[in-house]
Amino acid sequence: MSTEDIMEGSKIAETELQEFFMAEKQKAQIQAQIHEFNDICWEKCIDKPGVKLDSRTETCLTNCVDRFIDVSLLITNRFAQILQKSVGNM
Amino acid sequence: MNPLTSESLTDKEKNELMQQIKQEVAVANAQEMLSKMTEKCFKKCVIKPGTSLDNTEQKCVAMCMDRYMDAFHLVSKTYSTRIQREHNRM
Repeated sequence: MSTEDIMEGSKIAETELQEFFMAEKQKAQIQAQIHEFNDICWEKCIDKPGVKLDSRTETCLTNCVDRFIDVSLLITNRFAQILQKSVGNM
Repeated sequence: MNPLTSESLTDKEKNELMQQIKQEVAVANAQEMLSKMTEKCFKKCVIKPGTSLDNTEQKCVAMCMDRYMDAFHLVSKTYSTRIQREHNRM
């Protein structure tokens, strides 16, 4: 194997490792996000923990997650518009 | 030199590093779960802390843990469906 081959090989290995890190980082971020959603929606939807999650509670939880994301997107977009306007006015 | 460049890593070392990172992500996730569950179930089940954790409280805590994990799975499923949906819209 030439030196060039070795260099090429280590570059590939490095990219592979880099991709692995990014994937693990993303996994950790998504898991953290799920913990946050569960925290928020638990407070909204669960009164007294019963022997199982009833269907009303399940609907509440799924709606809670989706509406939270809606609010987050709405606020992000509107905030971006406000920022843009204030930059335009400067 | 950047200590993370893989030029200096053998395949075995690389695999060990990847395993270690995977494990750290999993441990962090479990710790977060534990800490949230403790906080939420203490709040739900121990209304007036007495001289010991009585039977009703213990049963409530056990049930609360199970429901917290049920909720977590549902929230996780809802979130991943939403990510998929947002992804398809783009």
